[in-house]
Amino acid sequence: MEFFFQQLINGVTLGSIYGLIAIGYTMVFGIIGMVNFAHGDIFMVSAFIALLLFLALTTVIGITWLVLAFIIVLLLAMFFTSLWSWVIERLAYRPLRGSFRLAPLISAIGMSIFLANFVQVVQGPRNKPIPPMFNETIALTSGGLFDVTVAWKQIVIMVVTVVLLTIFWYIVQKTPLGRAQRACEQDRKMAALLGIDVDLTISITFIMGAALAAVAGTLYLIQFGNVNFADGFIPGVKAFTAAVLGGIGSIPGAVIGGLLIGLIEVLWAAYVSSDYKNVAAFTILIVVLIFMPQGLLGKPEIEKV
Amino acid sequence: MRWQSDPLLHVEHLTMRFGGILAVNDLSFTAGRGDITALIGPNGAGKTTVFNCITGFYKPTQGRIAFARDGRADETDVAALTQTARRHARMASGDIYLLERMPDFEISGKAKVARTFQNIRLFQGMTVLENLIVAQHNPLMQASGWTVLGLLGVGPYRARERDAIEKAKFWLNKINLLERADDAAGDLPYGDQRRLEIARAMCMDPVLLCLDEPAAGLNPRETGDLNTLLCMLRDEQNTSLLLIEHDMNVVMQISDHVVVLDYGTKIADGAPAAIRSDPRVIAAYLGVADEDEAQAVAGERAGERT
Repeated sequence: MEFFFQQLINGVTLGSIYGLIAIGYTMVFGIIGMVNFAHGDIFMVSAFIALLLFLALTTVIGITWLVLAFIIVLLLAMFFTSLWSWVIERLAYRPLRGSFRLAPLISAIGMSIFLANFVQVVQGPRNKPIPPMFNETIALTSGGLFDVTVAWKQIVIMVVTVVLLTIFWYIVQKTPLGRAQRACEQDRKMAALLGIDVDLTISITFIMGAALAAVAGTLYLIQFGNVNFADGFIPGVKAFTAAVLGGIGSIPGAVIGGLLIGLIEVLWAAYVSSDYKNVAAFTILIVVLIFMPQGLLGKPEIEKV
Repeated sequence: MRWQSDPLLHVEHLTMRFGGILAVNDLSFTAGRGDITALIGPNGAGKTTVFNCITGFYKPTQGRIAFARDGRADETDVAALTQTARRHARMASGDIYLLERMPDFEISGKAKVARTFQNIRLFQGMTVLENLIVAQHNPLMQASGWTVLGLLGVGPYRARERDAIEKAKFWLNKINLLERADDAAGDLPYGDQRRLEIARAMCMDPVLLCLDEPAAGLNPRETGDLNTLLCMLRDEQNTSLLLIEHDMNVVMQISDHVVVLDYGTKIADGAPAAIRSDPRVIAAYLGVADEDEAQAVAGERAGERT
């Protein structure tokens, strides 16, 4: 039983990271109907940005209080990653808007390859580590077969995820910006006629997705302690699976999907075989696409007449 | 004759070509401030294309669409603005916008020209109230400091949002949908959706409202309600209306000025009573034997010459 609870905690931690990335997929898909395949690599770039910022802050500037360093790294990583994403949207996607449907998709795949290779050239192909942090653990149970523990970094991951999701949910549901996003999602031309700057709204959607990916990247770096240029692909595709499982276009769906994928992956690795954990995650993608293409919380596709 | 003495919209030599098809051919007309101007014509005459040019959906092949938001657009001022590369200028005679140079969201947001569509384009998934608040996007976005200040609870956002809800409620009251404010817009009956679309456009405080077949698919009682609503917009809100309509009862009852198109060309322009008896209009609508039409046209020409 202790073993199960321990895996549950690990799964929720991993699932939080997937959920944060999945929101970027789901929001962009919702608003322009495009799967942004470069999003996983944006996540990887953000982890590198966080790594560089962290090293700069702790070794060059010499901030020793980790909490402060973490907060600064998080905010700056969100900022710089948003900038990357904005530039990518501007250069690689916006010129292709109104072109045939596959064009931005191909452009996104190209951008994904470009980002991975760019980081490989600039940062080298090897794993880049950071010193471990927030590693102290709290024992939740004692006296059993072994103690169920939760590390501070896992608590940080869960808390940051919950806080940011609340803020983003509030933005989408309650602010003029969110209303504009939902309006663009339903009918872009009509939104433009109501005075909404559609191009700007789409750019902001990319930026919001990238900011959450940056949070995921920073948390990923803290959780796993290292990152390399190829780390964008697998988490990216798993987050995409999470978005599809939750119902692409639905933000709560993306979070639930992320948590489920995280749990399934961890439990599969724990009880069945850790070699096949990726197979388990992607099997879900196939099963969902066949039997439940609209996902858990997605709306069924309504044909416009 | 306000379309001659105080026009707010000048469409001049508008031409729209799609490949080999000439949808609108050298069309010129004006719409008067405070008038209900009807654009009529048989199916395929190019009415919706004209709307699409005015509201920025299409970029006209040729021609100028000058809009005087307030004041008048003096010919010399419009000509002076056309010489520059600018879209808008505050001239001595008032704000002048050259709509053919502007993107669609600026035409609605800055020049204050709103429109509705033949088919209903409400945001089906949003509530009735939200549909009306989305239409007030720009002032709200500014008041919330592009979201940042709004999130922090600083600035005038809360007050502006309350105003926006008040305005939405005012319009819901006008169209008798106040009780359904929190229902999804897609769940309303057809006639209510039509009126909600007009209310949504009105929430943008338009100076000119373009309505594409507002009476299509309405029953006689709903059509009567619509006439009352449109007259109210003109008389109480001082909004100028430009409408495309096939229902001649609506056109003849409420419009002050009628422009008739056929095959993309203007065939008549005047007060409703004059249009009703115009032989060319009758020919275009009812169709006549070739000799009769030739005669009618010849008669018209002879009339013009004298």
